[in-house]
Amino acid sequence: MFISNMEIIPQQKINKHLGLVQGSTVRAKHVGKDILAGFKNILGGELVAYTELMTEAREEATERMVQQAESIGANAVLNVRFATSSVAQGAAELFVYGTAVVLESQSNT
Amino acid sequence: MWDLLIILVLLTLGYGFGSYREKKHYQSIYEREAELKDIMVFESRFCPQPQQHLGGELVHGNVVISTDYFKMLVAGLRKLVGGRLKTYESLFDRGRREAILRMKLSAQELGFDQIFNVRFETSSISKGARNNIGSVEVYVYGSAVKASE
Repeated sequence: MFISNMEIIPQQKINKHLGLVQGSTVRAKHVGKDILAGFKNILGGELVAYTELMTEAREEATERMVQQAESIGANAVLNVRFATSSVAQGAAELFVYGTAVVLESQSNT
Repeated sequence: MWDLLIILVLLTLGYGFGSYREKKHYQSIYEREAELKDIMVFESRFCPQPQQHLGGELVHGNVVISTDYFKMLVAGLRKLVGGRLKTYESLFDRGRREAILRMKLSAQELGFDQIFNVRFETSSISKGARNNIGSVEVYVYGSAVKASE
């Protein structure tokens, strides 16, 4: 599945628009990691555990979007946008949406 | 008495580790920015010449970065009189530059040399004491292309 956040893909032609597809996931973090992160809050610096958590969660949301796109017969998702909202203390919703299309490579003359 | 002592210890720890790590982080940011300067990042929505490019795959980078206790307290005091919160400015600056570097690195690994339509997403992950900003997440994404020969 081809994913991009551009509307026009170089040397590719959009054959068919199939409409909006979306995927989302709500994640909370592990208690132990949370305590460690609280400690890190005193010292400052990168919170690696959270960075990984957010990456994983975004991958999952993207995976859901891709499944939806596949089920309606698309081979690419264009103009993808991400959104993040915090649901409660320690939990976040990650949302990804885009336009499902059928792409066809344009032969160069 | 004990409370005051604990706060003092936290302040010293925060100031010591925080400023040391910030200095080291900036150093590594400068180094990696020099290494990756060949990868161009654009904010425009389209490639200027689509016929001369290939690819367009999504690349992204993210980082969760936290402020330290000392900076949080300074910002808390500063909020009484208003004005620039200098200690938070460096936090966002570090986060954004780190995220861009990670995006550039993943584009380089995939063999692309330009990134278009770059968008930023910033969210606060956890609130510190007295509802100050504790840590923020910066997410940056874009479409990577390369020149076709």
